[in-house]
Amino acid sequence: MLIRKGIPASLGIAMGPVLLVKKDQIHVEKHIIPPGGEEAEIRRFNTAVAATREDLNAMHARVMTVLGRKHARIIESHNLILSDAVITHDIPVQIKKFHINAEYALQSALENIEKQFSRIDNEYFRERRFDFIDVFKQIMGKLSCEKKNPLENMEAPAVIAASSLFPSDTIAFRDNKKVLGFCTDLGSKASHTAIFAQSVGLPAVVGLVDFTSQMQNGDYIIIDGEQGTVILNPTAEIIESYRKRRAELQKEERFFQRLRGLPAITVDGHTVELFLNLDSEDSPFAWKSLKADGVGLYRTEGLFMNRTDLPSEEEQYKKYSALARAYSGLPVVVRTADIGGDRATRLGIKGLGDERNPFMGFRGIRLFLKYPELLKTQLRAVFRANTNGNLSVMVPMVASCCEVEAVRQIADVVVNELAREGKKHRKCRLGIMIEIPSAALTVDKLLDSADFVSIGTNDLVQYTLAVDRVNQYVSALYEPFHPAVLRLIHLVTESAHRKGKKVSICGEMASSPEAASFLAGTGVDALSATPKMYLRMKNAVRNLNFRTAATQAISVLDMPGAEQVREFYDRENRTIF
Amino acid sequence: MIKKQIKVVNELGIHARPAGLIVNAASSFPCEVWLENEEGMNVNAKSIMGVMMLAAACGSVLTLTAKGSHEEEAVKTIEKLFKDKFDED
Repeated sequence: MLIRKGIPASLGIAMGPVLLVKKDQIHVEKHIIPPGGEEAEIRRFNTAVAATREDLNAMHARVMTVLGRKHARIIESHNLILSDAVITHDIPVQIKKFHINAEYALQSALENIEKQFSRIDNEYFRERRFDFIDVFKQIMGKLSCEKKNPLENMEAPAVIAASSLFPSDTIAFRDNKKVLGFCTDLGSKASHTAIFAQSVGLPAVVGLVDFTSQMQNGDYIIIDGEQGTVILNPTAEIIESYRKRRAELQKEERFFQRLRGLPAITVDGHTVELFLNLDSEDSPFAWKSLKADGVGLYRTEGLFMNRTDLPSEEEQYKKYSALARAYSGLPVVVRTADIGGDRATRLGIKGLGDERNPFMGFRGIRLFLKYPELLKTQLRAVFRANTNGNLSVMVPMVASCCEVEAVRQIADVVVNELAREGKKHRKCRLGIMIEIPSAALTVDKLLDSADFVSIGTNDLVQYTLAVDRVNQYVSALYEPFHPAVLRLIHLVTESAHRKGKKVSICGEMASSPEAASFLAGTGVDALSATPKMYLRMKNAVRNLNFRTAATQAISVLDMPGAEQVREFYDRENRTIF
Repeated sequence: MIKKQIKVVNELGIHARPAGLIVNAASSFPCEVWLENEEGMNVNAKSIMGVMMLAAACGSVLTLTAKGSHEEEAVKTIEKLFKDKFDED
């Protein structure tokens, strides 16, 4: 039995026989091309490049549908590599000048690239060399008329082991149901192969240095994608314990799956509405199977990205209508776009300069009130789409009453306009995001003009504690359990309830099972979680005793710091489960 | 010849996609375009490999040089890409 610790790249446990894929050991020999044959050799090379490009285009289309635009961009950059001067110019020149075969010229160029990349200190950038290797190997495969990958002839399920794998391989694994997982000698968590593995949901461990050289086809192997452990030819006891562990994980997952459609209700009968957070890039049907109570936060920033013009009313209307129909009558909260001045400039709005501190700058409702046409377009689209379902609208970055009043007035104007134009519409409820401490402290006044509130905990924590969480020097101070944050959440909930209005939470806290006790206990009406955490949050709520949680929520408000709060809840959770 | 210092302000730095945008932009002008990092590595901005090897992380400063026909436009276009954070966030 051999055990090696690598880098966990994608969650899950895979166990079974090893199938070694020795892809990069294509031996390249140097041939001298007879005089006059160089042009033909260059043509052969160019044909291989063209064939690779065709493959990339086909893969791009597939990745686009299976994994989405973000991942497809990787393939796009691979396409650019094919157009790089190294390939279009340098290699043909080498073939001609030194009368060498295309394979050898390609191999030499790749070795050169690898040498140069290996000098880079920054791991993230050094890893990018695999993009080049991936493309070069694909061309090499075309040149040597390599038989299609060995996976095609797989007879039984197996765990793939290779010195390195490429994103293109990972995609092939997804289509091949016999691949249980994979491990590689090379690679890091930041490599595209790892990123692809996560998105196709295969267990994977990378960075095993030279471990695969000790493996033989058919050896038994265990891959623990959580711990990063790889065990070769384990003892019967080890196999048994991993089998148990895997069964537990699967049972847990199946258990969570069974919670679909069940209410998020505490053991003593208190119901918390449990909504989903969705992005405008998500398909409205993407997470329908979770059977959520509705959508608590629909982000619309995506509609404003990667373009230089503004999204039209019709475009937005179509998008929101599809969403409203998909959730057929369940509540869906559309948040107006929280975009900053830099984005607005790119969308063709002139006169905005650089900002020194965009977090505290011109964004969210501040920007939309300065350019009310943006707000009007979005409100018109939502009001019109509301005839197809049950939409509400919510505005981000509210700090003062006058902003809410201004939004309300604009909403009235929009309704009048739509009525005058004879366009079918239905006005909807207006909510506000509570992200700024000033809004939290005066929420009772804000609610004179608003119908509901949703607490965006990420920004609320950031602004309350004056911590920029992407700043490495202070990110450790970012702490949702800080009593100051908890007191604000408590205050908002109390004040809103006194006004007879509802409170939901839509920041990361609403996707953290360890925060469920405080949030539910403090009386929050709804939680809006990410699709990934949705069922786990439901499980957390269903394990709570509301009366106990309520008493505890009050007691933690009085604690001196986050440390004590966390300690308290850790202890409580241990006794419950 | 124009020489200009530009700062990388997008969070992820010049990874594959921004590199691709730079290469596409540079290639659309007839002039020579070069990028040099703080360590003195000087690369052809029309080569994705060269640009990626700069390993330009967020906050680093590059020297952009253009020489030849349409050099001003080339510098302006590429500078704008950096400033717009390659349309990333």
